[in-house]
Amino acid sequence: MTDTYTLFVNKGLGKTVAKKLGLPRPALLRRYKSGAPLTVGPVLLVADAASTPDARALGEVMRGWGLDVVERFVASSTDRAPEGTNGPRTPEPSAPAEQRWGAIVVVLTGLSRPADAAAAVLALPDALKRLAPGGRVVTVSTAPADGDAPALAAARHGVDGFLRSLAKELRFGATANGILLAGDAGAEHPSTLAALRFLLSAKSAFVDGQFLTVSPADAAFVDSPRTWEKPLDGRVAVVTGAARGIGAAIAKTLARDGATVVCVDVPAAGEGLARTANAVGGTALQLDVTAPDAGERILAHARERHGRLDVVVHNAGILRDKLLANMDATRWESVVAVNVEAQLRINEALLAAAERGELDGLRIVSLASTSGIAGNRGQTNYGFTKAGVIGHTTATAALLAAHGGAANAVAPGFIETDMTAHIPFVPRQVARRANSLQQGGQPVDVAEAVAFLASPLAAGITGQTLRVCGQNLVGR
Amino acid sequence: MAARSSTPAKGSPLRDAVVIGGNRIPFARAGKAYADASNQDLLTAALEGLVARFGLQGEVLGEVVGGAVLKHSRDFNLVRECVLGSSLSPATPAYDMQQACATGLEAAIAITNKIKLGQADSGVAVGTDTISDAPIAVSDGLRRALLEASHAKTLQARLRAFAKLRPADLKPAAPGIDEPRTGLSMGEHQAVTTARWGITREAQDEIAYRSHTNLARTWDEGFFDDLVTPFRGLTRDDNLRPDTSLEKLGTLKPVFGKSLGPGEATMTAGNSTPLTDGASAVLLGTREWAAEHDLPVLARFVDAETAGVDFVHGRDGLLLAPAHAVPRLLARNGLTLADIDFFEIHEAFASTVLTTLAAWEDADYCRDELGLDGPLGTVDRDKINVNGSSLATGHPFAATGGRIIATAAKLVAQRAAETGKPARALISVCAAGGLGATALLESA
Repeated sequence: MTDTYTLFVNKGLGKTVAKKLGLPRPALLRRYKSGAPLTVGPVLLVADAASTPDARALGEVMRGWGLDVVERFVASSTDRAPEGTNGPRTPEPSAPAEQRWGAIVVVLTGLSRPADAAAAVLALPDALKRLAPGGRVVTVSTAPADGDAPALAAARHGVDGFLRSLAKELRFGATANGILLAGDAGAEHPSTLAALRFLLSAKSAFVDGQFLTVSPADAAFVDSPRTWEKPLDGRVAVVTGAARGIGAAIAKTLARDGATVVCVDVPAAGEGLARTANAVGGTALQLDVTAPDAGERILAHARERHGRLDVVVHNAGILRDKLLANMDATRWESVVAVNVEAQLRINEALLAAAERGELDGLRIVSLASTSGIAGNRGQTNYGFTKAGVIGHTTATAALLAAHGGAANAVAPGFIETDMTAHIPFVPRQVARRANSLQQGGQPVDVAEAVAFLASPLAAGITGQTLRVCGQNLVGR
Repeated sequence: MAARSSTPAKGSPLRDAVVIGGNRIPFARAGKAYADASNQDLLTAALEGLVARFGLQGEVLGEVVGGAVLKHSRDFNLVRECVLGSSLSPATPAYDMQQACATGLEAAIAITNKIKLGQADSGVAVGTDTISDAPIAVSDGLRRALLEASHAKTLQARLRAFAKLRPADLKPAAPGIDEPRTGLSMGEHQAVTTARWGITREAQDEIAYRSHTNLARTWDEGFFDDLVTPFRGLTRDDNLRPDTSLEKLGTLKPVFGKSLGPGEATMTAGNSTPLTDGASAVLLGTREWAAEHDLPVLARFVDAETAGVDFVHGRDGLLLAPAHAVPRLLARNGLTLADIDFFEIHEAFASTVLTTLAAWEDADYCRDELGLDGPLGTVDRDKINVNGSSLATGHPFAATGGRIIATAAKLVAQRAAETGKPARALISVCAAGGLGATALLESA
């Protein structure tokens, strides 16, 4: 599971050789450690004139988080750079010449037509050259909506292509992601702040070139260190497929965030399941998620043993790869049964309980896959189910909304697990490098995204699929 | 033999001791899946599975009690070492005990008695055994020489100690499973009992067949989903033969009782338990402790009775002690065989079950040996070992008690939930040395 190449090109002789030969040099990604600073340096906050009020508000919040925030609010593009150049007219304010930006936050909520973007965008080139390794670019803009005037729609959609292209230009483990504000959700909505903090932090190490849409939704929220340190304090979460790999990492991450975790896996995986449950101080429930009464049993276990249920993570999944020309019924049906039908059946039981008023505020996070977005040769069955997960997530989100709940999906790309370790060497290397970060993600990267979406702070984020793929070169 | 009489303790009322749940690892035939695992590995795994199932990480339990029958001398504190190697709080006390094959059940009796008396609120009864990691000792001659040499003060004295060694002393001493007082193996003893009671080969094979088919069905039903945690890649008991048949069992050659005479040898590898590796654990406590920890209660551990028989002089069968204990247990609790819904009679051999049943139906035996007025009665075969027993599961000596208690407790809980009426299980475990332990469970 170790990516030897990445380790090799990051130190000593390997680093020198790779540099000389111009070989890809995937960075060692920064990952979350309790107590470590949120960003690796000061934050440059950029906004055009129309977006300045939102930017000021976000600046205040980030200062409250202890970040060193430098504002650069530009009235127009001519205000920023002389004709024919993209350099700054004046020296960078406050940040010393050698200092590198830990993050650049670009607020574009005030765009009304494509020409407006120039002001903020052209303030970026110089700053990007001074973005620290492991740095972050985060755009905050308004989500396109039905009824937008053509020029407004062009500007708002334009941010999408801009951000995804920029993400592909960043190097040394830096990433670019965007936050889209939908409806009446403002820059100060708790979920906007939660999304911003997630994207700035090391928790989003392998999330690149992606957008999170924040909708207005009530979120009980106090902006305090405790809130950010233990967002799942007192909550009870169920994780299926928790015996090993990504599932075990999710259980550990949810427990780190304060949740009591019910670890579920098939009886045959009980040994690993017990290990996970004991590592996180939770309980092990040996259960085949395809059992007709799996939802009821999960609910009963969580209630009887822990008194409540707040989060369900549908992580259990299987692979039975075969070209469709060679597909047999067992391969197709088992993948469909485990990867999507089981999730649906469990959700039906959860929704029934929510209808009875027993599960207010439930958050469901389902594991999809980039194979369900871009497709993958030999994975018609897997791709069918993972795209199905993306579909039912949107539908389930609509049903849960009435009960204050939310449903989201996380779509991992190439993640270093036992499962991917079995891919033959050459395809494995190709799959690993085929993303903007030129490496596979770690199970914890997926787990961090799940934990973020599972937290009550993310109340305004629902019905979405967040990719954790290092901006895989295929699909959106 | 006169019946022992005993009554519940007077004075302060006893508390209920309840079975909360159990966990075991799949049982493996000796030298197979667990060939490289020690008793400590097996028992720690069983304990860890229990901790995970019930969320007991960091918990201080009243006591963890149990042991192993075949045990290295270095494992003098085996159970305590397993507790220290588990996710339980290291402040959980533990002790080792051993009563041959009744170890697991006797451990539960010890803990539930403390719970009833108020000396503990919770506890875990454990047992483990592995033939794959059996202790092999040096001969008595070599051992004496080594000890003498270690006490010797001079080189000369040391050499003198070793000079007494003879080549035969270098032969290692394997752990004995023969009865020390008779020199007969357990199987040979049981072969005598089997012949004395006229138990047929067909009846024994029938018991073995039912054990396998019942156990296979129980696995398929998912009954063990919350009773077993896989270990070292083994997910089911590997002695189980779901496809066995009476015909196949009928083709096996007798292995015990071959000296008894033509036609008298009826005990085969199919109707005798194989040597097995495995471990089990049962969580016990008061109702209050279970409620405080949001844990379910499967059954009340009502009462227990042990017995010993004089097999040395041939008066009784080596494995017939439970036949003596059960009538006393029933009488003390005002019950008869008809009041029992499930009989868990450990299948050391198929004929152990059959001779026990025959003894209870025999007026003379019940009068002369058990001190009863008449036959104890007949047991409905459909109530015996309904989810399989040791012939199919295997029998890692000290682990069997825990396996049976957990199964019996879940059975009575299920039955009570179905019928809305109390259900009872009677557990009977025979043991080497002419010993037997029995216990009574009732739905909680």
